[in-house]
Amino acid sequence: MNESHAMSRTDWEVVIGLEVHAQLTTASKIFSGASTAFGAEPNRQASAVDIALPGVLPVLNRGAVERAIRFGLAIGAHVAPKSVFARKNYFYPDLPKGYQISQFELPVVSGGAITIRVGEGEKAYEKTVRLTRAHLEEDAGKSLHEDFHGMSGIDLNRAGTPLLEIVSEPDMRSSAEAVAYARALHALVRWIDICDGNMQEGSFRCDANVSVRRPGGPLGTRREIKNLNSFRFLQQAIDYEVQWQIDTLEDGGTIQQATVLFDPDTGETRVMRTKEDAHDYRYFPDPDLLPLVIDDAWKDEVAASMPELPAAMKARFMEQYGLSAYDAATLTASREVATYFQAAVDAAGAANAKICANWVMGDLAARLNKADLDIADSPVSAAQLAGLVQRIADNTISNSIGKKVFDTLWNGEGASADEIIEAQGLKQVTDTGAIEAMIDEVIAANAKSVEEFRAGKEKAFNALVGQVMKASRGKANPAQVNEILRRKLGA
Amino acid sequence: MIHASIAELRAALDARSLSAVELATLFLDRIERLDGQINAFITVDRERALRDAEAADAAIAAGRAGPLTGIPLAHKDVFCTEGVLTTCASKMLANFVSPYDAHVVARLREAGTVMLGKTNMDEFAMGSSNENSHFGPTRNPWDVSRIPGGSSGGSAAAVAARLVPVATGTDTGGSVRQPASMTGVTGIKPTYGVCSRYGMIAYASSFDQAGVFGATAEDCALVLSAMAGFDERDSTSLDRPAEDYARDLRAAADPDRPLAGLRIGLPREFFGDGMADDVRAAVEAAIARYRELGATTVEVSLPNARLSIPAYYVLAPAEASSNLSRFDGVRYGHRAARYADLDDMYRKTRAEGFGAEVKRRILVGTYVLSHGYYDAYYLKAQKLRRLIADDFAAAFARCDVIAGPVSPTTAWKIGEKSDDPVQMYLSDIFTLAVNLAGLPGLSLPCGFGAGELPVGLQLIGNHFDEARLLNVAHRYQQVTDWHQRRPALAE
Repeated sequence: MNESHAMSRTDWEVVIGLEVHAQLTTASKIFSGASTAFGAEPNRQASAVDIALPGVLPVLNRGAVERAIRFGLAIGAHVAPKSVFARKNYFYPDLPKGYQISQFELPVVSGGAITIRVGEGEKAYEKTVRLTRAHLEEDAGKSLHEDFHGMSGIDLNRAGTPLLEIVSEPDMRSSAEAVAYARALHALVRWIDICDGNMQEGSFRCDANVSVRRPGGPLGTRREIKNLNSFRFLQQAIDYEVQWQIDTLEDGGTIQQATVLFDPDTGETRVMRTKEDAHDYRYFPDPDLLPLVIDDAWKDEVAASMPELPAAMKARFMEQYGLSAYDAATLTASREVATYFQAAVDAAGAANAKICANWVMGDLAARLNKADLDIADSPVSAAQLAGLVQRIADNTISNSIGKKVFDTLWNGEGASADEIIEAQGLKQVTDTGAIEAMIDEVIAANAKSVEEFRAGKEKAFNALVGQVMKASRGKANPAQVNEILRRKLGA
Repeated sequence: MIHASIAELRAALDARSLSAVELATLFLDRIERLDGQINAFITVDRERALRDAEAADAAIAAGRAGPLTGIPLAHKDVFCTEGVLTTCASKMLANFVSPYDAHVVARLREAGTVMLGKTNMDEFAMGSSNENSHFGPTRNPWDVSRIPGGSSGGSAAAVAARLVPVATGTDTGGSVRQPASMTGVTGIKPTYGVCSRYGMIAYASSFDQAGVFGATAEDCALVLSAMAGFDERDSTSLDRPAEDYARDLRAAADPDRPLAGLRIGLPREFFGDGMADDVRAAVEAAIARYRELGATTVEVSLPNARLSIPAYYVLAPAEASSNLSRFDGVRYGHRAARYADLDDMYRKTRAEGFGAEVKRRILVGTYVLSHGYYDAYYLKAQKLRRLIADDFAAAFARCDVIAGPVSPTTAWKIGEKSDDPVQMYLSDIFTLAVNLAGLPGLSLPCGFGAGELPVGLQLIGNHFDEARLLNVAHRYQQVTDWHQRRPALAE
């Protein structure tokens, strides 16, 4: 008691572990041939196996296993040569067999880690979150409690959809870290193409195990917040839960192990069930399925089909293109951005990588953001951007003319930078004679500025450059204008 | 024709001296006349049978007849049959019509057999006497005050009374061999995985295996050849080339010593004091006869076989408790008429829908899988299972087949053991080990005990030795006539 009185609210350490259910991108279900497509009429995508008719049996979808292997390889985990499907037994109307086929003692993936980047700017830091395991299982159906006049409807379209349950170690120490981890995981599963990441449709669902403790002390009792389907809710739910636990403990209360639900309307969590009424799931190996055997040949085959992973790509961007750590991290935050950037660099040449990076992270990102578009749907293709970058790099146009060309491309008013430059006569003037003639005119017409410059006013020089650029309608090469003007003024 | 073998029926059908419709009608009429005394059938579908028989006649006329085209048969009511009631002898499924055929049913339909109906059984195949049926007990054609054995007692009794030439069954702990023994017919249970379990309503998935009853080993071989085979919908189905299980029966052999060189193992543990005197006399006489046919006998040991009762009655109920969870009143089958809420609906539905023995095994199975008991019961039993399988492997290093009794006694009186489930379980002592090890086993008539009740001899083969087992039974049946004896009721 003395201790808790002596310590303030800031003297608590938050401990968070996440369980994420990622729906795998297979066309058919994990144990039946029914489609997994979202949004069909209720029960139209439920086969005899999915509705658990008497006598039916499960057959494992190889594609689901292949995706689990991809995940295991992507996080540097152990992919089990032999894992076992087990039955998790409980009664619920949307669980047709009265058990869920999952993995218990021997999961397909164990260990591994993901590096996350937390925070912005100077306070940003990197952290490695360890993973406990990832296992394959089937999803349940849905209970519909509206529109049935006091009864419940059951939709089994989702029953049997393949899930990879990804369990982290309790390595996160704040909601910001938890969200950063969830985002990194979200990006990764999309990067390796095993999950579409659609959180509205429930393809990527988070459960957060949250506890607080005195620094260095033993772990506190955790409560599990179920089914958080946006990063914002994840953050809000954890923040509320942490504050509630601290308040409870500082008021002399104790935390009971419980499963809680987050209500986005109130921003609060409320208890769904406590440990006392927790199910005894009576796990045992499913006798309908053989142990899942993954040999080295299969792993090698999957490894060969893996795309370059974000961490490796980030390192390569720094090494090969001389990008900063920040630029490389930003460009590899999603596979779509990385793919776009890579395509632009491939077309523009590695020497122009930095200019490409600036455009992708700068003007392009801003325009996409404003238009609420994904980079995959960008009106300016990577090839078009590369064409623009090349003309800037070879001094055909200046950076500011480049922005005009970019706008034209964005609006669909030209097929390529070259075409637009040609059609609008935007080509930079580099003809020394022409520039000299323009400068001579400007010097003659601006005797006052010339006077001031010669009297030591550097500002006057800039005014003269501006006049020359204006006379050339922006097309004169600024470097050449500078050089010739200085020579003529005898500076 | 009632007592004719499949080969004889084939010849008559092919010679057009008998039509498939006439043959089906003959047996359908017998069922109508005699089954009131036996109660071997739950469902008889005359209309459909005659329609199938007409199709068989057309196939025969067109020269497209296979070995089983036009042969009448019955299926145990554990097999799903499209468009025909599939009840598992339970109130739970008393109204259930399957929308699909079990793999075994489909294969036999494709082979041209004519299904006359569905046979009575112990509810969900749990029992050794056929008394646990929602549709009333089946009676033994040799003495209608006695049980026919179980759980495939309806199929065995139907073949024994010649209500049908052949019938399918399932054998989870002896459910083909024991009723075959008690009704004086031949029955084989192949190696686990030889017949697909798809559409066979699961009792204990890692034990369940389809089998067949006939008057002779030859008839069984013909039917087994058609029903066995790989099915990708059953992950435990074995992907092996198709076999002609009758091939050895047709092979030339020394007429005096057709089994010369055969080594028959006699497990010491099977010939102790656990066998009634009349059973012992018949079994030992049969073994003496085998020596005359050229076989040698060797004593082998199955030291852990005595543990098969506790091992089986832990593992099978464990699997059953989970397999039967799908019968919850939500999607099909029985649902209580009135209930207060969801839990009450589950409770009442299952309390009303299941019989006493099924409830007993669900309770036992739930218990042994519960938190804190799993290791002591389920895991321990799995270890025993391995030891028992190892015993057989060691024994088969010294012999080709193992012979012994099927059941410690001949058929008992209906009601005699109904109040004492443990006494009932103990009667499975000689059959359970075969299922624990996944081996093929066969029962063939080998004499009569007190009260003119049939006694069966059990032959156990190594994995995939079905053809050898059938041949060993066939050679005995060439020189004995036990299998030709008929109960008075059938004459």
